[in-house]
Amino acid sequence: MTPELLQAAAASNQWAAIFPELMLGCLALLLLVLEIVLPKQQHDLIPTVAILGQVGILGAVILRFAGLPVDVTTFNGLLLHSDLGNFMRVFFLLTSTLVSVLGVVALAKQRMPKIEFFAITMVVSAAMMLLAQSNHFVLLFVALETITVGFYILVSYTRTNPLSLEAGLKYLIMGALSSAILLFGIVLLYGVGGARGLAGTSMESMNFSSVRLFLAANPDNLLASIGIVLVLSGVAFKIGALPFQIWIPDVYQGAPTPVTAFLAVGSKAAGFALLLLLAHVFGPYQDLVVKVLTVMAVATILFGNVAALTQHNVKRLIGLSGVSHAGYLLVGVIASFYTPLAFGGVLFYLFAYLLASFAVFGVMTHVSGADDADQELDHYSDLGKTHPFLGAVLAIGLGSLAGIPPLAGFMGKLVIFLAAFQAGLHGLLLVSIIGVTISIYYYFGWIKAAFFSTWKPPLAEGETAPVLPRTVVGVTAGATLAALALASILFGFYQGPLGEWLVMR
Amino acid sequence: MQIDLLLLSILAPLAVALAIGLGLPKRFSVMLSYVGFAVPAAIALHVWYHFPVGLGGDYAYESVYGLGFQALGIQLKLGLNGISLPLFVLAGLVGLAAGLYAIQSGAERLKIYLMLLLIMQGGLMGVFASIDIFFFYFFHELALIPTFIMVGIWGGRDRNYAAMKMTIYLTAGAMLSLIGLISIYYQSGLESFDMVSLRNQIAENGIAASSQNFIFGLLMVGFGILVSLWPMHTWAPLGYGAAPSSAAMLHAGVLKKFGLYGLVQIALPLLPVGAGHWAMILATLAVVGNVIIVGLITIAQRDLKQVIGYSSVMHMGYAFLGIACMSVLGAGGVVLMMVAHGLSVALLFLLSTSIYHRTSTFDLDDMGGLAKQAPVLSAFFVAGTMASIGLPGFANFWGELAIFVAAWEFSPWLTVGAVAGVVISAIYGLRAAARVFFGPASEQFAKVAAEKPPVDLRWGEKVPALILLIALLFVGFWPKSISTPLNAALEAIYPALQALPVEVVSK
Repeated sequence: MTPELLQAAAASNQWAAIFPELMLGCLALLLLVLEIVLPKQQHDLIPTVAILGQVGILGAVILRFAGLPVDVTTFNGLLLHSDLGNFMRVFFLLTSTLVSVLGVVALAKQRMPKIEFFAITMVVSAAMMLLAQSNHFVLLFVALETITVGFYILVSYTRTNPLSLEAGLKYLIMGALSSAILLFGIVLLYGVGGARGLAGTSMESMNFSSVRLFLAANPDNLLASIGIVLVLSGVAFKIGALPFQIWIPDVYQGAPTPVTAFLAVGSKAAGFALLLLLAHVFGPYQDLVVKVLTVMAVATILFGNVAALTQHNVKRLIGLSGVSHAGYLLVGVIASFYTPLAFGGVLFYLFAYLLASFAVFGVMTHVSGADDADQELDHYSDLGKTHPFLGAVLAIGLGSLAGIPPLAGFMGKLVIFLAAFQAGLHGLLLVSIIGVTISIYYYFGWIKAAFFSTWKPPLAEGETAPVLPRTVVGVTAGATLAALALASILFGFYQGPLGEWLVMR
Repeated sequence: MQIDLLLLSILAPLAVALAIGLGLPKRFSVMLSYVGFAVPAAIALHVWYHFPVGLGGDYAYESVYGLGFQALGIQLKLGLNGISLPLFVLAGLVGLAAGLYAIQSGAERLKIYLMLLLIMQGGLMGVFASIDIFFFYFFHELALIPTFIMVGIWGGRDRNYAAMKMTIYLTAGAMLSLIGLISIYYQSGLESFDMVSLRNQIAENGIAASSQNFIFGLLMVGFGILVSLWPMHTWAPLGYGAAPSSAAMLHAGVLKKFGLYGLVQIALPLLPVGAGHWAMILATLAVVGNVIIVGLITIAQRDLKQVIGYSSVMHMGYAFLGIACMSVLGAGGVVLMMVAHGLSVALLFLLSTSIYHRTSTFDLDDMGGLAKQAPVLSAFFVAGTMASIGLPGFANFWGELAIFVAAWEFSPWLTVGAVAGVVISAIYGLRAAARVFFGPASEQFAKVAAEKPPVDLRWGEKVPALILLIALLFVGFWPKSISTPLNAALEAIYPALQALPVEVVSK
């Protein structure tokens, strides 16, 4: 790299456009440096630095939100900054911060190196933020692989736990498969888009705008159709939509709880941000995309809810319920082809889902013992009596996931339903309602396990009641959980500027 | 500054609930709970007394707040018209009675119990005070959630199963009605949930007939599940059988009326053609299913709470019949009937728990002769039963009479069936009263009575029962207090129904 090129890059000042991602990356590096520099006794400071640093970046981005670039391409068209991208930046920063908070609680129970966890989380989050702003298949793939590779490590982080290793391996194999499918789709699109002789081809056939132009010029290209379906399949792996949901229960169960939360919220949201981007790129093939997504949505909603019914392990349960949420969100994505309301609806749903999910995962982190994979519904018995605070947060989180008013999750569902109705998707709406009704059964079952006392077999002679491992709630974690629960209630009553911004765009 | 009474009636119980939730000591919690239940009741009576005459279908006490998803046309808007006023009063009175009864009940974990009841009370006041349809639904759900929790924690036999079944049925019903309301939101072309603007919009350019048929069908099934329309009623006897008394009083007495109120206030005026399309089916289900079949099932019950639970399902049949008549008289009868039934069923649930405390059983075969030890209790119960059967002098009489008269024009055959239902309800009602209070004591009861001689109603139980009974008699002797504003409102907002061609109505 010549100095002139560096000067030119600095002069065009495009690095400023991705300052949140850069700061997050630098913070991750700083943590690693601190680990070397600081004496061992002061390593406990590092997670605090991580959390405070991320809160700082989050604050900076929110304060400068109005000044963030919109509808600008940078880095030679690799990135397109948009409303969606900026919203998702805040979203992923929030996710990363919350994962770090949960990580502090969960890692305290393990004898593991702790610092890398935070560093990797931040790098993955930065990649997610870039992914939501990608405008080019190369950047898309690089960002997606950064996320996936980061998750390979995170999923098998508790390497003394065989289930965690198994989960890591499963995620690795399934992830590699989905990357291959995605890549094959990209290559097909690149190939036909660059082939001379067809209308609308270009040299830059991986740039989203040229792909869109090419697709518009060739409405019935078989290779392009196959490419689109393959790309959508690759994304379906990220969001856990049928038939690419098969990894979810095992991986969710084996991964450490904060990582499960990261997968459930961050990875899923990244997939949906991508899907919203691609929905626009693949706009000329709307009929095909809608068909594929509709089949996926119906199957995902029904499978997720029915499969979650019989689960006793809460991590598997929330994983499968997350599958059904992906289904409702897919309905929103489909509706976004017909009505602008759906776009904001999907984002609002994701936001409500983040608040509720982290509330639930936060409680799970506190209730779980040293073996992170072993979290049964029975462990929640009498939680409402012994830990009223955790019980209340759990009830609010689950209620919001179930979509019960007056919680934020209900408003999310309402906006998606409104959009689906406006788009004329009556069949999907019906399926969603069936799904929501089924979901009440298992969400309520969980709440029941925590609050309603159940009959317990009498203890045999000499036997003592099993002591359930429940962590005392710390100040940071407690404040975070309270904030999440309150926000879940608040956004049910009052959507305020956020709601206006999402819907009126 | 003018205090908004309606908002206060919603916020007062919620604020007390919040205070209790934040960890108020028990003694203060109970004292504040009195306030939380009394304020809505006092406001309800005040509003009733001062309700302006000559409003027509317009709303009094209107106010708008910046709460809700305004970008989507959702905004908290409160107000009362002639239709919602009686139900608002009902919610206030039954809430007060249920609250007082709960306070004296000494339930386990009383603080949380009261907190949930107060949340329910706040939601109930909101349901009937909302002009915005979204908030109407929203407050209903707010009141519904505590019901599930109360059944699950404080319930009696089969509480877990009952709570689960209620939750699933009622969620399904609520979801279907939500889709129905969303349909109105879009089909009106207005994209607003404001009842008044919807009415004006639809009066000018109505919704297409095919859409109306679809939407009314959705609402009929959705609300039908919530109000226990046959054959979607099976959650009700089970749930009420398991529910603690105050929760059953509030749910069966008030919350269940949400669906009927929705049909009278929203569905009939906005979707007259759709209503005409479904009227015959609705009326047949109501009379054959709810009144006759469920009525016969009620006769076969051996458990006092089941008798009351099934009888409340049965009486909903009359209400549906009144709605199917699609006339001012029929709808007016339905509203009167809702008030009367709400008061009487709440009274019966209250007394049945009081009976249980004295006999230690709900089984009718194991009782008898309680009137000797508890004459006041027996007098209250017999009065409640008479009201529920629909004897003149009680409010129920006027509601049923109006519905029967309206139904005669709609379909004489169904009316005959419905009137036969009165005989059925007389059979099970009087038989239950006779089994509990008169005749010789059963062996079982003699044993219980020997161990713990039953005492008569205490004041803590008497006061809530008196509130309900006085209200029943007041409306029974002076139905005009309700029907004058009610009729004015119905006549103003039902022109669409009267303008319909006759064949649509009678088909």
